[in-house]
Amino acid sequence: MERIPILKMGEFLLVTIQVDMHDRLALQLQDDLTNRISQTGAKGVLIDISALDIVDSFIGRMLANISLMSRVLDAATVVVGMQPAVAITLVELGLTLPGIRTALNVEKGMELLRAYAAGVASGGGDGGANVGADGEGADGGPVR
Amino acid sequence: MAQNGAGRFADVLAKHEAQILEDWVADQRRAGGGRSLGRLSEAQMREEAAEFLRLLRQAVQQQAAAGAGGETDTDGPGWDAVREFLAGLSRSRARQGFSPTETAAFVFSLKQALFAHLAREAGGDADVLFAEVWQATTLLDQLGLYTTTVFQKSREEVIARQQEELMELSTPVVKLWDGILAVPLIGTLDSARTQVVMESLLQAIVDTGSAIAIIDITGVPTVDTLVSQHLLKTVAAARLMGAECIISGIRPQIAQTIVHLGVDLSQVSTKASLADAFLLALQKTGRGITRGAGAGVTSGAGPAA
Repeated sequence: MERIPILKMGEFLLVTIQVDMHDRLALQLQDDLTNRISQTGAKGVLIDISALDIVDSFIGRMLANISLMSRVLDAATVVVGMQPAVAITLVELGLTLPGIRTALNVEKGMELLRAYAAGVASGGGDGGANVGADGEGADGGPVR
Repeated sequence: MAQNGAGRFADVLAKHEAQILEDWVADQRRAGGGRSLGRLSEAQMREEAAEFLRLLRQAVQQQAAAGAGGETDTDGPGWDAVREFLAGLSRSRARQGFSPTETAAFVFSLKQALFAHLAREAGGDADVLFAEVWQATTLLDQLGLYTTTVFQKSREEVIARQQEELMELSTPVVKLWDGILAVPLIGTLDSARTQVVMESLLQAIVDTGSAIAIIDITGVPTVDTLVSQHLLKTVAAARLMGAECIISGIRPQIAQTIVHLGVDLSQVSTKASLADAFLLALQKTGRGITRGAGAGVTSGAGPAA
C-alpha cells in the first residue's frame, strides 16, 4: 500500500505530498504523522502541498485536522505552497482553515518554524518572526 | 383587392413623390416647432426625407412587380436598402442627441402626407382607401419601430463594450516593493469581479513570492455585507497560500458602515490610507524608512501617529 513519506529534519518533520490525495491516503497520513510526532518529539511539522492540484472538502478538513492534532502534540504546523486554485476552492467551500499557519514555499515555511521554535525556547521573546502569516499587527480600525 | 392595393400604393408613391416630399417636410417643420430643427438643418432633413422616400418607393415597386401582394414584410431582402438607410439615420440621430421617439416620429410623420394623396387617388371608394391605408400604415409602423430597435441595439453594444473594458482595467496587481504587492480596487465589487481579483492576486503572489498584499479599497464606493464577504474571502485565500493581507483606504463612512453591519474584520490588519499600510508592510518584512543620510527619522517602531 502506498504511503506518503515523512522525513525527519532535525527537530522538524517534513511531509511532501506529491501524489493525488485520496481519502484512504489522507487517513493513513494522519495516522503515520501523529505516531511519528510522538516518537520523535518533533517541534514542528511542515506540509508541502505545492504539487496538489485538486482538493475536496474531505481533504481540506483532513489538512485542518492534521495540523490541529500536531498542535495538540505540541508541534507547530505550517502548510506551504498551496496553489491559487486550491486556495480559492477551499475558501469557496468555506474551509478557511483558521488554525493553520501557512507560508509561500518550503524555505519560508522552515524560517517560520525556526522562528516559532526559537520563540518557544526563549519564553516567547520576539523571535524576529518577519515571515509571519499571523503578525501581531492587528491594531484594529482606521485610527489616525 | 390586396394585390390591387399594393400596386396602387406603389403608383401613388411614384406619381406624387415630389409633392409628398414637400408636404412631409412641411409637416415635420410644423410638428418640430423649431425645437428639433435647431439641431438639424432643413436642407439636411429634406435630403434625408427625399432619400428615404426614394428607397421606400423602390422597395414598394419591387414588391408590387414581384406580385407579393398586400403582405408587407420589411424583413425581406427587397427592403435591405431601406433598413440600411434607417439604421444609419437612427445612429446619426442618436449621436446628435435626438431621442428614439423623435427618430421614430420622423418615419411616422410621413403618414399624414401619404394618406392625403392616397385618399385623393382612391376617389370616394372607402374599401380601396381602407386597404391602401392599412397597408401603408403597417409598413410605416414596422419601419418606425425598426429605427427604435437599431437605437436600442447600438446602446446595448456600447454598454457591453464598456462592461468589458471595465473588467479589463479593474484588476491591476502592482508590486510596491520586493515581497509587497498592492491591489487598488476601483468600483463596486460583485462576485464576478471578486473572482477575477482573487485569481490575479493569488497568481501574482505565486509569481513574485510576495508575503504581503495590500488591498486598497479607496475606489470602492460602498461596502455592504456582500462586498465585505468577498473581501474576506480574498484575504482568506491569500492567507491559505501563505501571504498576509492588509486592507487599506477605508473611509470614515465605510468604517461606520462596517461596524453597523457587524462585519468582523478583527482577523485582518486595516489601515486608513495606503501609505500607512505600506509602512506596516515594510515593518513586517523587517524594513524601515529613513530620511536623509542616516540622521533622519526612523519609522521602525510603533504605529504611525
